[in-house]
Amino acid sequence: MIRYLARRLAGGVVVLFASSIVTFLIFQVGPRAANVSPALYYVGKIPPSEAGLQAIDHRFGFDLPIWRQYLHWLGGILFGQTLDDGSGDVVHCSAPCLGYSFRQHLPVTRMIADALPIELSIAVGAAVLWLLVGVTVGSLAALTRGSIFDRAATATTLAALSLPIFVTGPVLLLVFKYKLGWLPNTDYAPLTSDPLQWFKSMVLAWIVLALLFAALYARLTRANLIETMSEDYIRTARAKGLSRRRVVLRHGLRAALTPIVTIFGLDVGQLIGSAVITETVFNLHGLGLMSIQAIQSRDLPVIMGVTIVATVVIVVANILVDVCYCFIDPRVSYR
Amino acid sequence: MTAQPDGDCRLSVRELRVHFPTADGVVKSVDGVSLDLRRGEIVGVVGESGSGKSVLAQSILGLHNGSRALLSGRIRLAGHELVGASERELAQLRGSAAAMIFQDSQSGLHPYHRIGDQVAEAYLAHHRVSRTAARRRAVEMLDRVGIPGPDKRYRDYPHQLSGGMRQRVMIAMALVCEPDVLIADEPTTALDVTVQAQILELIAGLRAEFGMAVLLITHDLGVVAQLCDRVIVMYAGQFVETATADELFYQPEMPYTWGLLNATPRPAGRPGADGPDGTRRLRPIEGQPPSLIRLPPGCAFEPRCGYRDLVAGQRCRTERPRLVPVVDDGSTGHEARCHIEPARRRRLWADTIQPAR
Repeated sequence: MIRYLARRLAGGVVVLFASSIVTFLIFQVGPRAANVSPALYYVGKIPPSEAGLQAIDHRFGFDLPIWRQYLHWLGGILFGQTLDDGSGDVVHCSAPCLGYSFRQHLPVTRMIADALPIELSIAVGAAVLWLLVGVTVGSLAALTRGSIFDRAATATTLAALSLPIFVTGPVLLLVFKYKLGWLPNTDYAPLTSDPLQWFKSMVLAWIVLALLFAALYARLTRANLIETMSEDYIRTARAKGLSRRRVVLRHGLRAALTPIVTIFGLDVGQLIGSAVITETVFNLHGLGLMSIQAIQSRDLPVIMGVTIVATVVIVVANILVDVCYCFIDPRVSYR
Repeated sequence: MTAQPDGDCRLSVRELRVHFPTADGVVKSVDGVSLDLRRGEIVGVVGESGSGKSVLAQSILGLHNGSRALLSGRIRLAGHELVGASERELAQLRGSAAAMIFQDSQSGLHPYHRIGDQVAEAYLAHHRVSRTAARRRAVEMLDRVGIPGPDKRYRDYPHQLSGGMRQRVMIAMALVCEPDVLIADEPTTALDVTVQAQILELIAGLRAEFGMAVLLITHDLGVVAQLCDRVIVMYAGQFVETATADELFYQPEMPYTWGLLNATPRPAGRPGADGPDGTRRLRPIEGQPPSLIRLPPGCAFEPRCGYRDLVAGQRCRTERPRLVPVVDDGSTGHEARCHIEPARRRRLWADTIQPAR
């Protein structure tokens, strides 16, 4: 098991290393290939003179060979570095140092550290909600196949899958915040300082995201469980004289949910950093919103930082799924 | 076969019909069958694929596919009437009064649960005992069915065992509550021949030990010859011949049974062999079994029967023969469903069919 884990971790490191190269090439070398100096991304709206650009290039090391620039950037992430904040001050930035945002005048690492708890709150809360609702609805639909409940569930999930978040989000806000007034204040507060306010700020975002994913998971669960319930081992379980409840829970769902674990891990991983619309609608400053704002203001260090963090999250989610799978499916060996 | 139920009768089925309504019509998988299973006896049900033998086996405990199936007739087991019984009532009898083993132990065991736990679970379903006690009982049962090192094997998953070992686990699981009746649905079909013999021996031995009655579904007449006391030949959802195993092999009465026997491999070099090197060619039964939706109005086997012209007036095509004793007093328990005169059938078998085998 430990060897298996070590190998998966080593594989993850290789993937991260490769993706850091790709990220660097896209954002630092890409502009140069289009004959645009990266320095342009570090200055204001009015382009400076040719000499000015060269001075900036020199100051931030953009005139160095590409491999040295890459090592400098990677070294900052791994070991930290000293940063020029553009105003002449030299700031020490400890690892993982993702650079400095001249638009926000903040180290990128700190910006991400502020946004990440919000991001995780949104993703994890929504994930718990959609997993519970999706699996429950899907199981009940599968077990009462053809019933009114099943048909209603199928119709509802289709509707939920078709409704975009920029519709459901504002509708929820309109109803619960403005019409009913149940959630007058949805400003974010950290879980550690004000759990109730944290909950209030998150709950609508959770519902909006969970609506979409729960519909997907309900359909997956329904299809998987229907298939599983026709397996021979279900007949064996019934032949033993087990109660229907036990047949469904211990034998049916146990097998039907296994593939869902995979998808769940990947979905949660992918959601982190990509819930842009939800964050925009509910004014939650998570990674998604941060990256969109960075793209709009061409804030290169932030874009690269968020990309790297999102990659780490997805790689970690993958490893977690693989490790979970070892416990869930005894046929998967630890080799 | 339909003798009055007596004290030793463990399972009694009367006029059982299992019909599946489909878009194309009603599939009559089992169409009016009756049988009694007595303590300690092994009754074989043989027939081609699609003859309804598996549906019969599974419908006894209500395990057939499809909740829309229409069941009629009567099934008596341990003082309960099973036709029309609630799922809860059936669940209480499954495993305790009658248990089942299935053909494919690969797909029949749950891939994610330890084999020992699967056996223990069957015990816990009918006994109020601690987990430890159930576990001990499971180990004991695994030992009993010949699994070496049962306390270590307890923790194995099905994929870690061979096909024969998995089938032993299935048997352990079925017998852990010591049921009166064991229904075995092609228990050895998926196994290779040597393992097949071991499993059959195991079933026969456990039958003697537990005194249970066994209903053995198979398409393999060799298995029947080796194990069964009585045999039922099933065709198109009906019983067409029932006899003791000896009588069925030495004095079969029904042309379909003749066909089955002719299609069974026998040792080479017997007199009457028709191959140049003394081997005998297997003769398949011509044609296909009839559709279970539109059965022929007469004898279900009539379209494939080579002897239908022996009966005057196309009676085979118009009138369904009844399952009647082959001797008038019914003393042998041998019954057949055929219009041909019994005396003539016996002559045919003795003069033409048997010598050619």
